[in-house]
Amino acid sequence: MTEEKDEKKFTTVSIPTPLAEKIKKRIKGTGFTSLSSYVTYVLREVISGIEEEAEEAFSKEDEEKVKDRLRALGYLD
Amino acid sequence: MPKPHGGKLVNRYLKKETEYKLDLPKISINTNLAEDVLNISNGVFSPLEGFLYKNDLENVLKDKRLENDVPWTIPILLDLDKNNIKEGDTVLLTNQESGLLAQFEIEEIYKYDKKTLAQAVYRTTDTAHPGVANVLNMKDQFIGGKITLIKSKTREYDEYNLTPKETRYLFKQKGWREIVAFQTRNPPHIGHEYVQKTALTFVDGIFINPIIGKKKIGDFRDDVILDSYNTLIKHYYLKERAVMSILRTSMKYAGPREAIHHAIMRKNFGCTHFIVGRDHAGVGNYYGPYDAHDIFSEFPDLGIIPVFFRSFSRCTKCGSVVNDKICPHDQKYHINFSGKKIRELLKNGEIPPEDMMRKEVSETILKYDKPFVE
Repeated sequence: MTEEKDEKKFTTVSIPTPLAEKIKKRIKGTGFTSLSSYVTYVLREVISGIEEEAEEAFSKEDEEKVKDRLRALGYLD
Repeated sequence: MPKPHGGKLVNRYLKKETEYKLDLPKISINTNLAEDVLNISNGVFSPLEGFLYKNDLENVLKDKRLENDVPWTIPILLDLDKNNIKEGDTVLLTNQESGLLAQFEIEEIYKYDKKTLAQAVYRTTDTAHPGVANVLNMKDQFIGGKITLIKSKTREYDEYNLTPKETRYLFKQKGWREIVAFQTRNPPHIGHEYVQKTALTFVDGIFINPIIGKKKIGDFRDDVILDSYNTLIKHYYLKERAVMSILRTSMKYAGPREAIHHAIMRKNFGCTHFIVGRDHAGVGNYYGPYDAHDIFSEFPDLGIIPVFFRSFSRCTKCGSVVNDKICPHDQKYHINFSGKKIRELLKNGEIPPEDMMRKEVSETILKYDKPFVE
């Protein structure tokens, strides 16, 4: 993979310098190799609970078929 | 219940069977690829809608994520050496066993160094590793594009083959909010039961999900595995707390990367927790015994909670099944659950000791003249 390609996958976000310094101190001796990798980790953790999308429901006919199937397996009464 | 991986459960079924053209070029694919097609179309591999494009493959190998940052660790690739197809073509995928399977939009044809691929996924290029051998045997070009399932043939054990949409519906109907998934390739011994019930204690239900498919000589047959689990559930589980459904997919033996892949599939089935044992999906000595545990720390956004079990054995001092966190006694008091020993006894028609395997389970296995793949 070329460096040029790599660059396109990242963007720059500004955070206050004192915060950056605190984070740098915090990640010393941990598995995080850079300020960016730590901030990415934290943001992924925060964002993971937020995204939501509605689930597609069965049609009435399909629902009955599925229910029959699950009853046959003894999983539904 | 967690949302599907990537946010949406993929459904790549053709709306009407008449919507495809029979005169399209046909490409025959092997059974493992056919299973991938089915797993893509029914959402087991959500958010994948087809076989990987090159940029996704590069991301998966380098960052263990798709290009859109969603965690993904095992490349799902279609390899082909057919030269008379080009980008922009639509073809029909067929399989010897399944017949006409899916429509495939060829969006990208590319090459990738197979040794680099093997090294990234398996951490080795040793051809003795079965996953590496498979990669090196792949054809020289890969094809990225979306698939749409036309039809899937009914097969043996399909009554146990629930799709993610069906399991999610079932869990909702049962009022389960937290579900732990257990993957298996063997009939259950007491150690398995201990692990399952320990995890089940803290959630609403257990989803027992045997992997069914191509087996090695000497492995337990699929029908034996299913029957033995049915017996265990019937005699030793609360009916309303356990569900068994099969998963048709090939083992890659990619150790830690595969543990993440296995967790993602179970998240798509609607599970909140996934049991990860010692040397999960490992083979030989290619991975450390707990590498498959450690890798989870790289994925705070995975969306399914791993439940780690380091080891378990029967302690003759405690008089019960224990794990390394709860038993203070010396190893000399510990009897390990040796799958090999249980297999040998069963091979000789003998019932394993009841502190190794439930009598009802042993008897179920021994009802078969030939419980092992020959």
